[in-house]
Order: sequence, then structure tokens, then C-alpha cells
Amino acid sequence: MDPSRKRAIRLTVALTAALLLASALVWTSFAAGQKELTASQLLSQAKPGQSYVLAGTVLAGSVRHVGTALIFRVRDPALEVSVPVIYRGIVPDPFAAGRGVLVTVRKQGTSFVGEQNSLTT
Amino acid sequence: MAALGRVLLILGLVVALYGIGASLHGARSGQLEWVQSGRRAVYTLAALMTLAFAILEDAFLRSDFSFNVVSSASSTTTPTFYKLAAAWSTQQGSLLLWVFLLSLWSSLILFLTRNRVREIAPYATAVLLGFGAFFVSLTVFFASPFGTTANPPLQGAGLDPLLLHASMMIHPPMLYSGYTLLTIPFAFAVGALVTGRLGNEWIAVTRRFALAAWLVLGIGILLGARWSYTELGWGGYWAWDPVENAALMPWLCVTAFIHSIMIQEKRGMLKIWNVSLILGSSTLAILGTFLVRSGVLDSIHAFGASTLGIPFVILIGAMVAVSIALVTARREVLRSEARLDSLLSREAVFLFQNLVLVAMVAVVFWITFFPLISEAITGTKVSVGPPAFRPFIVPLALVLVALSGIGPLIAWRRVTAANLRRNFTIPVAVGAATCVVLLLASNAAARPFALIMFSLGAFVLASVAQELWRGTAARRASTRDPVPVAFVRLIGRNRRRYGGYIAHAGLAVLLIGVAASSSFAHSRDVILSPGQSAGVGGYQVQYVRPVEHVTNAKVSFGAVLDLSKGGKHVSTLTTTRGFYPAPNDPGLGPISDAFNGQADSNVGLRAGLTRDIWTVVNPDLTPLQSEITAGDRAFLKLMTSLTPAQARQPAVIDWIRYYRAQAIAGLAARYVSHPWPIEFLLIVSPMVTWIWLGALIIAFGGLIALWPIPLRARRRAPARGSARQPAAAPSPPVPVRETVY
Amino acid sequence: MELLVILAVLAAVTLFVSGPLRRAAPSEPEGDRRIAELEAAREAKYLEIRDAELDHSTGKLSDEDYRVVDRALRSEAIEILHELDRAGGQASNGAGAAVDGR
Repeated sequence: MDPSRKRAIRLTVALTAALLLASALVWTSFAAGQKELTASQLLSQAKPGQSYVLAGTVLAGSVRHVGTALIFRVRDPALEVSVPVIYRGIVPDPFAAGRGVLVTVRKQGTSFVGEQNSLTT
Repeated sequence: MAALGRVLLILGLVVALYGIGASLHGARSGQLEWVQSGRRAVYTLAALMTLAFAILEDAFLRSDFSFNVVSSASSTTTPTFYKLAAAWSTQQGSLLLWVFLLSLWSSLILFLTRNRVREIAPYATAVLLGFGAFFVSLTVFFASPFGTTANPPLQGAGLDPLLLHASMMIHPPMLYSGYTLLTIPFAFAVGALVTGRLGNEWIAVTRRFALAAWLVLGIGILLGARWSYTELGWGGYWAWDPVENAALMPWLCVTAFIHSIMIQEKRGMLKIWNVSLILGSSTLAILGTFLVRSGVLDSIHAFGASTLGIPFVILIGAMVAVSIALVTARREVLRSEARLDSLLSREAVFLFQNLVLVAMVAVVFWITFFPLISEAITGTKVSVGPPAFRPFIVPLALVLVALSGIGPLIAWRRVTAANLRRNFTIPVAVGAATCVVLLLASNAAARPFALIMFSLGAFVLASVAQELWRGTAARRASTRDPVPVAFVRLIGRNRRRYGGYIAHAGLAVLLIGVAASSSFAHSRDVILSPGQSAGVGGYQVQYVRPVEHVTNAKVSFGAVLDLSKGGKHVSTLTTTRGFYPAPNDPGLGPISDAFNGQADSNVGLRAGLTRDIWTVVNPDLTPLQSEITAGDRAFLKLMTSLTPAQARQPAVIDWIRYYRAQAIAGLAARYVSHPWPIEFLLIVSPMVTWIWLGALIIAFGGLIALWPIPLRARRRAPARGSARQPAAAPSPPVPVRETVY
Repeated sequence: MELLVILAVLAAVTLFVSGPLRRAAPSEPEGDRRIAELEAAREAKYLEIRDAELDHSTGKLSDEDYRVVDRALRSEAIEILHELDRAGGQASNGAGAAVDGR
């Protein structure tokens, strides 16, 4: 097999591998991804019983420990809207008022209950 | 002093801009004096930035709260070491640190190359000063470290308690050193592309800087991982957090670069690849710097959304555009001088390794930026969690480890079957034996990927050991040195090769530790009363007694734990949770606000060579709630009973403070005297210490590879042979024996 | 007081940075560039020879393969040394030592 043909084959194999990797990446990210909703989006779209990922900043002055639960409000980055969250589970050490957080929540009545250990910051 | 600082920054900007002009003018007109002036501009920038940084640190040391940054990040009670480090915990201070480090390394490389690479150096100078000008202008126009206030507060806000750890304070200078060191080869690559001088010169002069960047950036990343493990309360060392990834990507890229430049040095191949890699690494480094301060992705580090996002996006865009334009314009000159002869050669192994590393960068990049990518495409931010990384990174890491063992065993250009047998038999046997032993003697089969990593790790360690042994033996054959001497001299005279092999061994140790700790950890979330115990990972953990500690800054509640195995006492651990006061929350009473601010965990850790036992406690304060509420009411009643005049008197304020402190101390004492069941997170993870050990070995190997050659040794060699004119000798004498590389 | 310091710094910077311009240093002879290139190539070639020797002594290259590779590399190195002689008249850093024939 002459060298240029060898090179062509190697190039084809490499490009195919790259294409496969790219497709796998794109597929898993779109399939496994969870929509991040802001506070305002959550308020308008949330249906009871379904879980959503809430993204926003912790409203200053809203953090309270009540029993084993952590209660706080998450602010919308753009609008003057916030939603109450009741969360149980591991609280990351950097969590504080004013920090950006992500938490998976489920709507219950007028507030949102955070899934166990789903709080990240 | 602040005014002087401001002037120094403005002067720095002017000097940098002048230097760019002078260097470019000198390069175009061939007038050396302008090039020299441009170089002096770099030295001047370094001096100015050093002075400015000294002024800033002096302000921190004196706790001069008229400086806004000092009052926002330090206090009179902050320990001295942390006062110094607090400078770079702020946005403004960290920018100054960046440009200070950049100007230092730039001065160093330009000094070292003042009589070499004369065509490239002026353009490199201009690029380096361009970066300098960018960062200095950020400090001049957007985020000045020397902003002052006419009414300085009496006390500063103090350092974020999470940062009060040595590793966390060294971590930013390490990372920034890594990023700024990367700009050196970037600048010379741009210079090489602009002048069309794409031989090996630009690589030869910047190789050590790229290696230093790799080393220091790696150390910075690992310090962050160690901090995460020992100080944060989640029990892990790597969370695939966007900012962790932002530092990892340039590191992976520069790892590929330091390998592929060897191929260009030897065979003149991969020129386009090398140039693209270093351009990419540096761009990723700037991207990393940007991610941390833009608030674009929600993460642990965010300095917070700021106005700096836009200038950075422009810089990154410019870097990408210029890189692509230059590489495209010079693609003819970048053509390879040779071709890959065989897939069974060291060149091919290096190439595969590069492809694997680039694939890893692509994976990390895609998943990290996916929220932004999906927002651009579909309109909503979609995030993919850390589990998404595993299916891609694990197989790629396995291939990487395998290659790091194969590379040392293969020769350049081509390999024969006999060579394969001679070199691979022992290492492969060791790897296979490890696999079999683990299958038979442990439960490793339950985690096949970990098992493969252990076997490959053993293969790599055996391969490095074999190479060190054979090299030592070969040296002894001619010099008759005793084994230890031959060993040290072997490494000393072949630093790049054996430094690299040692780093590979360290990588194997590190990844073995990662595989073991992530696949075989046992974790338990339990609620225990004093005296109760729980079993986890073969150990018994008993909650012995509660502990408390109260200071002005925080209230800690925790536990003393007794660790035993098979009835035998192993260790006593103490773990606490610290509660910090909530800053100015009007909804909280004077007692509750002591418990409703930020909280951090003090990990109780017993580290060992085979396994770590990691514990944190999360005491729920509900049983104290009624007393806390009563305390709030009592204080509120007291405060409202005072007249405004009384409330202002210092004696009254002091008495209220004292009474409050007593109340809180009383609550803490109650926690100890009437303890209730509290929640613990207990984790037993195997071989975590191997990660830190592996990192040390990698650093050691990197240092060896980096270590400069004594000038004497470099000069001796050429002198010996050049005067001897070789006749038709079968093997022309070229004096390499005593040369040190 | 601060104003004085600022002026002093300003003066120092201007003097330092404009130093080369005031002296008008002579330009570099063209030949140096070629020599630097060749010296870099020579070092790289030495490294290759060294590597091949190490590969051979640790069993990665067979005796014949090594002979072939070594000969090729050494003659390439001689080429470079000759070119260096032609280009600059000194094929080494230590000119004095070379003349001694050490």
C-alpha cells in the first residue's frame, strides 16, 4: 500500500472517530440535559408534581434554618421576582445570600420543594 | 499612596502602549535601538507593576481601610499571611497580580533571548505588551485596586471564611502563573508566524516556559482539588464545576503541546498542529480567566457578574481571529518536512496521545459551555450535570494512561516485532498479573473500568521502572559507577526523557487513586446520639461526645468521633460545623442572626495510604429554637426599652454585646450538656492519598525535565570535537557523550 | 511629597526606556541569524543522536537499526557543523577552546 493511500486511510479513520465522538456528545447533552429556568419562568410554567432546575441568586435576607430544612428565596437575574424554596439535604459550604445557585425543585402549593441534595452553587 | 498606585498603573499602560509601537517599528525598520527600547518597556512595566503590587500589599498589611479593596476583603483580625493573600481574593487585586506576573515572565524571556531570535522577539514583545496593556487598562478603567473612600470603616469585612486555608491562598497565584507563563510561547508563536520563521527556534526558546506553565497550572488545579476535599463539606475533590474545567482545559492542551513539540524538533512534523495547540492553550487560559469573573456560568468561584465580561469576550475573539488568520496565511511554510513512517513508532504514540487530549478538551468544553450553546440554539439554558462527563472521560483517560506506558517502550521512526518482545514483555506481564491478582483477591471485578485502570497503571509503573533500570545498567556498563550514582547521573544527563518518565509514573499513581476512590468509596448518611455508632466501609464510627467553640466570628457545634476497626481503636476525629453571623439581616433577631448566616464544615479526616475516613457533621439546631426565639424577644424588649441617647453610649453598647455573647455561649453550653441526635456524613474512600502522592511525583518529574543545564556543561561539548576534522571514519566523531540535555 | 515621587518615577522611566534611542546602537550583522538557526539545528541533532544511543542501550533499537540510524544522524550533524564553519567561522561557543583542539 503506497504511503499516500495509507495517509488517506488514517485521515479517514481519525475523522470518523472525531465525528462519532461529536455525535455522542451532542446526543447525550441534548438528551440528558435539564432546562434551567429562572424564577419568573418557573412561576409561569411550573406544574405541580413535575421537577425543574431553578437557577438564580439567593435573595439577601431570605435565608432561614427551620428545623432540618433550609428556606430561602431565589431571585430572577433580570426581573424583581423571587420564588420560595424549601430544601433539605447537603448545603454546599459556599452557599450564602447573593450567590448563584442551581436547585432541582417541585411545585407544592405556592412554594417549591427542593429535591434532596440537589443544591449546587 | 493610593494616588501613587493609580499613577503607576496609568504609567504602566502608557509604557506598554509605547513598547508595542516601539517594538513593531523596530521590527519593520530593522532599527535595533527601537527594539531595545521596546524590550526596556517590558522591564519598566515589570518594575511599575512590582511597585504597584507592593503598595497594595502594604495597604493590606497596615489594614488601611481607606482602600476599598482592603476594607472589602480584610480586617484587623485577619492573620498576616491571609492579609497578604486577601489582595488577590478581590477582582481588582487579582487583575493586578495577573499583569504583575505577566510582566515578570515577559522580562525574563526577553532578557534570556536578548541576543537570539532577533526577528521574532520584537513581535513577541508587542504581543506580550498587548496582553499587559489589556489587563492594566482593566485596572485603570474598570476595576482599580486603588479606589479609596473618604470615610474608611473602622473594621473591614474580613476574608471569606472558606478561603482561610493556605492551599486556597496559594491556588490563585499558581493558576495565574500558569496562565501568564502560557502567554510566552503564544507570543513567540505569533511572532514566528508573522515573520515566517517557523523552524524550531521559537520552540527552543519557549519550551521551558511552556513546561513551567504546565507544571504550575497542574499544581494550581491540584491545590484546588485538595481544598475541595479537605475543606468543603461534600466529600469529593472534583465536581466538574465550570471553573474547575476552565483551568483543566488549557492544562490538557499544554500537556499535548509539550509532547508534540518533540516531534517537531526531531522530524520537522506537526508544525501547524503545534502552533495551533499553543494558540489554543493560551486562548483557553484567557477564557478560563474570563469565566471566573463574568458570571456567565453559575459556579463556585464566580467573582460575580461584572462589567469585565465584554472586554474579555473581545480579547478572546481577537485571539481566535488572529490565530486562524496567521495559521492560514502561513500554511505553506508550515508544511511538514517528513511523514509519519509507521503507526508503530514513538511519533505515532505521541500523535495518538495528542488526539486523546484534544478529544478530552473538546468533551469538557462542550459540556461546560452547553448551557450557553443550547441557549444560543434553542433559546433556553440547558445544563448537563457532572455525570455526563464520565462516559467520555473515563475511556479517554484509560487510553491516555496506556499510551503513557507504551511511549517509553518504543523507539522513534519504527519498531520491529523483536523490539516489541524485548521491551513489552515485562511491563505487560506485570499489568496482566495485577489484573489477575485483583480479580482473585478483591472485589475489583465489580468495577471493570477501575480494574482496567489499576492494571494499566501497573503496566505504566513497570514500564518506567524497566526503563530506569535499563538506562542505569547501560550507564554502568561504560562508567562502572555504583548503582545509585549511575542512576542519579542517568537522570541528570537525560532530564527531559527521565523527568518525563517520572511524571508518567506519577500520572499512573494519581489515576489509580482516582479510580479507587471514585469506584470503591462507601458513604453513609446517619443520625446518631452520643454513644451510638454506625458502620461504614469496614469501620465503626462512634459519636463520643459533642463539642462547641464560640468566638466573635463564629459559633461551632460538632462532635468527637471514635474510629475503630474490628474492635481495635484506630483514631479519634473531631468534626464541627461553623455558623457565621448573617450580615445585617433585619428579619433576624440578635440571637438568631448568629446562626443564620453562612455555614462551613470542618472536616474530620483520617488520611492513610490505603484509605481515608472522612467525616462531617450537620447539627440541626431545632432543639435550641425555642431558646433562640426567647432570646430574640428578650433582646428586642431590652433594646426598645432604651432611649436613643442611652442606646448610643459606648458602655451600654459594650454591655449589650457582652450579654449577647453570654447568651450565645449559654446556648452552646446547652448543646453540650443536653445533646440530641445529629446528622453525620461518613465516607470511607480508598487510596485518596495516592492522588496527592501521584501529583507530587508528577511535579518532581516536571521539575527534573525543567531544570536548566549548567552553562559549563553546555559549552564543553562543542569545543571538544569541532577542531577534529573527521576523515572517512565509519562513525564520524560527534561530541555528544558528555553533553547534558 | 507624593508628587515628587511621581515625578522621579516618570523621569526614571523616560530615561530608561529612551536609553537605546539616545545611544543609537549599531545594527546586527545579517549573518548572525543564520548562525543562530544552525546552532539550534546542531543542538537538536545532538539530542537525536543521544536519544538514539539511549534507545539502543536500553534495547529499543537493535544493533543493525542503531548502526544505520546513528550513521545517518552523525553525517547530518557533520553537515550542520560544516555549514556553521562556512557561515560564521566558528562552529562552537567557546572559540578559544576550539582553537586549542581540546
